[in-house]
Amino acid sequence: MIKVDGLTKRYDRTVAVNNISFEVEKGQIVGFLGPNGAGKTTTMRILTCFMPPTDGTASIAGFDVMKSPLEVKRRIGYLPENPPVYPEMEVHEYLSFVGRLKGIPSAELPQRVKDVSERCAVADVSKKLISKLSKGYRQRVGLAQAIIHNPDVLILDEPTAGLDPKQIHETRDLIRSLAGVHTIILSTHILPEVEQTCDHVVIISKGLIVAKDSVQNLTSRLRGQEAVLVEVAGASTDDVRRRLEQVAGVSRVLHKDTRNGAHVFEVESLPGENVRASLARAVVEAGWNLNELHAAALSLEDVFLELTAAEKAQGGQQ
Amino acid sequence: MSNILTICRKELKSYFASPIAYLLMAMYGVLFGFFFWNAVGYFVNMSFQSTMMGRSFPMDVNEMIIRPLLMNTSVIGLFLIPLISMRLFAEEKRMGTIELLFTSPVRDMEIIIGKWLAAVILYACLLGISALNLSFLFVYGKPDWKPLLIGYLGLLFQSGALLAIGAFISTTTRNQIIAGGVTFGVCLLLWVFEWVAGYETSTWATVMGYMSVVRHYEPFSKGVIDTKDAIYFASLIFFGLFLTARSLESLRWRA
Repeated sequence: MIKVDGLTKRYDRTVAVNNISFEVEKGQIVGFLGPNGAGKTTTMRILTCFMPPTDGTASIAGFDVMKSPLEVKRRIGYLPENPPVYPEMEVHEYLSFVGRLKGIPSAELPQRVKDVSERCAVADVSKKLISKLSKGYRQRVGLAQAIIHNPDVLILDEPTAGLDPKQIHETRDLIRSLAGVHTIILSTHILPEVEQTCDHVVIISKGLIVAKDSVQNLTSRLRGQEAVLVEVAGASTDDVRRRLEQVAGVSRVLHKDTRNGAHVFEVESLPGENVRASLARAVVEAGWNLNELHAAALSLEDVFLELTAAEKAQGGQQ
Repeated sequence: MSNILTICRKELKSYFASPIAYLLMAMYGVLFGFFFWNAVGYFVNMSFQSTMMGRSFPMDVNEMIIRPLLMNTSVIGLFLIPLISMRLFAEEKRMGTIELLFTSPVRDMEIIIGKWLAAVILYACLLGISALNLSFLFVYGKPDWKPLLIGYLGLLFQSGALLAIGAFISTTTRNQIIAGGVTFGVCLLLWVFEWVAGYETSTWATVMGYMSVVRHYEPFSKGVIDTKDAIYFASLIFFGLFLTARSLESLRWRA
């Protein structure tokens, strides 16, 4: 659905996006992840025909952004970082304006406006001036604007920025509910957001793609094994360590912390081994107290930090 | 075409939803009202004097009231037009709504013409206020309506040209005050160029005279449509809108 090939955008001296390529299948939600200033917004602006690339090509539904921008624009809905709303308009006026701009026939327009207002939960403020709305409502009006013409592709630039936790939750649910019908690219620098909403993730840093994969693959890629956190009380650190190391399947035991006489260990196991049950048995049989035991799944955050740090190290070598 | 109308309607709504339109209309109403009152007062005084002196030929309302008033209107326009055009693109750039327009399936030229058209329509509303004043002349006298109509046509031409230039200037900045200030400067220059042509005959003075808006408006105020003047205004409109389009394009490249 979306195809980006060798895309480069150069400003005066800086390179915002450097030769990136990726593809998005129909119906997928792809998270575009990276620190601020990594080139996420630039890539999205090129995909939406807001600005032309310096080099490379991008196409949406088979239409090239440079050669047939009108066809591309008809098929995309775009929510920029700041919702592009006119404060002096009422919500329903604004949505009708956008609807007409996107080419919805006037006979269908009122129904469409009504539908998206309900979908994005802005129906209760439809007669209000946008200047009087809170940030959360504005964001949702922006989202309504992006989906009003039922586009094939939705491009959302930090859709949850500046919302409160409840609104963030609602917005993510809304985005999830849009998947399947629409192909979605959303950018964010918040990692859990990608884990919760996206199927695939493209990690970008300083204009370069450092990783692209499904969310699941990526989290399990760096370390195939599982890590378990164990908190034990009633023995010395060395005794516990020695006992834990003897458990079959354990590859490494790390002492992390000691608090109130209890020791916290991170236990890594060999790939494919589930050592939680044997760990618990070992501790209890030794007569110690097992305060806590839980799996410490490697979060996307760790992957992300590791990837961007690895890149930094490479950069240092050059 | 429908895209132009969509943009134009939205633009007019913005003018009339904010105080700009009403403020301009109020200012214009007071200013033109004063000029009108002054012109009619002068006319009454003169005709009274000429009767006292025994001359009884009818005085020409078109020549004595309408023509000078139209010239005044042309000059007032130079001051009000920057206020109309300054927000056209500067506001969109500042609010970020330009991203919506640029990523919607409309051509740049449709955006430009829609916005320009809305500005011309707002100016036409101002002219409507002056027409309201002038209608009193038709109640109490019998002025010729044809030169008046042509005078208004000329005013529309003039506003179209200056608004096109103002639209271009508005694309170059995100600050409305700067857009308004520069446009005002350009309008003023296009007016005062004529002064040089008054006493100089060098090539430069001739060129400046050609560029003067007021000089090209003058024949309209007399009820004369000269192709030379019509072409002058038409080419200014074309030039202004062309520059606007180029400027928007470069905005994308630099964005």
